[in-house]
Amino acid sequence: MAAKKTTKKSNTSGDELNKFYREMLLIRRFEEKAGQLYGMGLIGGFCHLYIGQEAVVVGLEAAAKEGDKRITTYRDHGHMLACGMDPNGVMAELTGRAGGYSRGKGGSMHMFSKEKHFYGGHGIVGANVPLGAGLAFADKYQGNDNVTFTYFGDGAANQGQVYETFNMAALWQLPVIFVIENNHYAMGTAQKRSTSSPDIYTRGEAFGISGEAVDGMDVLAVKAAGEKAVAHCRAGKGPYILEVKTYRYRGHSMSDPAKYRTREEVQKIREEKDAIEHVRDLLLQGKHATEDDLKAIDKEIKAVVNASAEFAKESPEPAVEELWTDIYVDA
Amino acid sequence: MPTEVLMPALSPTMEEGTLAKWLVKEGDTVSSGDILAEIETDKATMEFEAVDEGTIGKILIAEGSEAVKVNTPIAVMLEEGESADTIDASSAPAPAAPPAEQAPAASAPVAAAPAAPAPDNSPDWPEGTEMKQMTVREALNTAMAEEMRADDTVFVMGEEVAEYQGAYKITQGLLEEFSAKRVIDTPITEHGFAGIGVGAAWGGLKPIVEFMTWNFAMQAIDQIINSAGKTNYMSGGQLGCSIVFRGANGAAARVGAQHSQDYAAWYAQVPGLRVVQPYSAADAKGLLKTAIRDPNPVVFLENELLYGRSFDVPVVDDLTIPFGKARIWREGTDVTIVSFGIGMQFALEAADKLAEDGISAEVIDLRTLRPLDYDTVIASVMKTNRCVTVEEGWPVASIGNHISATLMERAFDYLDAPVVNCTGKDVPMPYAANLEKLALTSTAEVIDAVKQVTYR
Repeated sequence: MAAKKTTKKSNTSGDELNKFYREMLLIRRFEEKAGQLYGMGLIGGFCHLYIGQEAVVVGLEAAAKEGDKRITTYRDHGHMLACGMDPNGVMAELTGRAGGYSRGKGGSMHMFSKEKHFYGGHGIVGANVPLGAGLAFADKYQGNDNVTFTYFGDGAANQGQVYETFNMAALWQLPVIFVIENNHYAMGTAQKRSTSSPDIYTRGEAFGISGEAVDGMDVLAVKAAGEKAVAHCRAGKGPYILEVKTYRYRGHSMSDPAKYRTREEVQKIREEKDAIEHVRDLLLQGKHATEDDLKAIDKEIKAVVNASAEFAKESPEPAVEELWTDIYVDA
Repeated sequence: MPTEVLMPALSPTMEEGTLAKWLVKEGDTVSSGDILAEIETDKATMEFEAVDEGTIGKILIAEGSEAVKVNTPIAVMLEEGESADTIDASSAPAPAAPPAEQAPAASAPVAAAPAAPAPDNSPDWPEGTEMKQMTVREALNTAMAEEMRADDTVFVMGEEVAEYQGAYKITQGLLEEFSAKRVIDTPITEHGFAGIGVGAAWGGLKPIVEFMTWNFAMQAIDQIINSAGKTNYMSGGQLGCSIVFRGANGAAARVGAQHSQDYAAWYAQVPGLRVVQPYSAADAKGLLKTAIRDPNPVVFLENELLYGRSFDVPVVDDLTIPFGKARIWREGTDVTIVSFGIGMQFALEAADKLAEDGISAEVIDLRTLRPLDYDTVIASVMKTNRCVTVEEGWPVASIGNHISATLMERAFDYLDAPVVNCTGKDVPMPYAANLEKLALTSTAEVIDAVKQVTYR
């Protein structure tokens, strides 16, 4: 990734590296399992995997505090796991079962947890951007210092409502961090074919919003940038933009043959830039963990993911009465 | 234990596919993410990746095999230390069956026998309540002011709502009383501020989003329907959205096609939304107060031509009108006229003139279109046996069409004539004064329709 390293690395402890390793690995193994269950027909519809992008959400969650909110588009499984939602509930939602976060009525793209301040999971590209600014509006109105992480992709960055939102967020100094997860492909369209300027983070300049590019394959760089953005927002200085350069290894969705890029391109990034391998190296080189320690973590994560798959298979389909519930909140 | 690799489903609709090519052979070591095979689906050729690491123990389906059903074992993977000898392909368990298709819901929405109507025609306020003349504009303004005094989380946002005092002066004086924190001028950016309103509602506030007119809200319709209307359902009841979208709807006078459309039928189609279209000032006030308190998204359709019209409004501390309760404006025996919003003007005028001809019309104001008070309409038609509907919107898939269909389902045996729908004409609104008049429905059309259904 050609991201500028604009942030200095924080002093990271072995404990924190271990935590990052564990959290990123959980997302990757979870997503691989989701892909497998999709292949078995247990997950239907659209299923967009987060494999490759794990460092983005794990790094930014490390900069968040209780009360902060997050909202994203449809490639949302990683965000949910990173903010502490239960893998069982997420996987059971993917299989459309009663044990899912939306009791089977939302699916991969539409999941929420009010408890964890996760506001979706939205299927309309770009629509979550004003929604995220609205969450930040509510926090400012209520006079607290919470911030809202509003995630969207390089594709969504071309929607008009993003700029309508930039304008109002800057005008009203809303505590919102716009996180552009630039994985370089809007479905099958490469960024250079869809986006007039290579640096999307500069698009806030017209509205007076500061922004920077971040190496999204380096969880420590992401965390450091996140801390800077959070401090800006909490200080009442209004919105901030982080363009996090990342890469997805899988297709846009499970049914994408990904013919718009070469196998070599994907392989090169996996081999040279992989975020999990990076932390693994830091752990081993810094003698924060041994190969055996990491093997034990791998095993533990595999067990968590397998348990979520079992839960998701065994959880019953929603009761037929559920068809007619939750259309309205009782007045 | 050896693990079976199953034929994957690689699209939402795939049931079988061609195993075009193996990219590994027996004995190869693979790790997670390695491409195992190319598989042709109904749409494309896809690469199929390994999920687990291990050794390819045995390939069960040869490349080039067509119509391989999803979930058929196509290979067996061995973990470290396992030998291919442990594989007995013939004893491989049958693929797991996908979950059984759900039987159709037992509680089908259409009841076999129509339910008898049980209308609530109780008065909205006690008889003898003191009344005061008030315009619809004042009624809407006082409804917002009262609710803002009662609840700090209620705020108003929209174009020109604050310093300009409202493009139609509905928000007049609110800025002075409630400050710029709660009365917020937005840029001209409907899509964006509608979305910010929905997010603010999820964040615990009760926004009133004013659209200068509903025509401009077409820029924001995705946020109204997809974000506000559907999220409570999609979240399994976690994320309700207490928000009011309000503004002028329908034709004003001589403003042409882009500024003259009635959205009643559009929004009334959407489960998850509440849709209100008041006629009188009392209903405007009582329904708007109910809308602000309601924990669901409310589409509140006002009318510019009615803003300045005065009506009797009861002098009570806290006037609220429930959703889903129609109002019978006048009782009658020969025909039921059903309308809402500005259509009521034609309905009531027609009823007056018909009375002179000895035709007794019952006039019902629906007031809310979702929920819709079917029972009051059906009970009335069971009495009069004839029905005319009146609305400003276009004729195709109109509210009148829906009422007609409902009457056919639930009161077919009571109808002595086909229901007639008086609607706007099936044209974009013209600018020329004479053509605009022709494009709208009218008192004369309602009278003609009543004469048609009463065979006079």
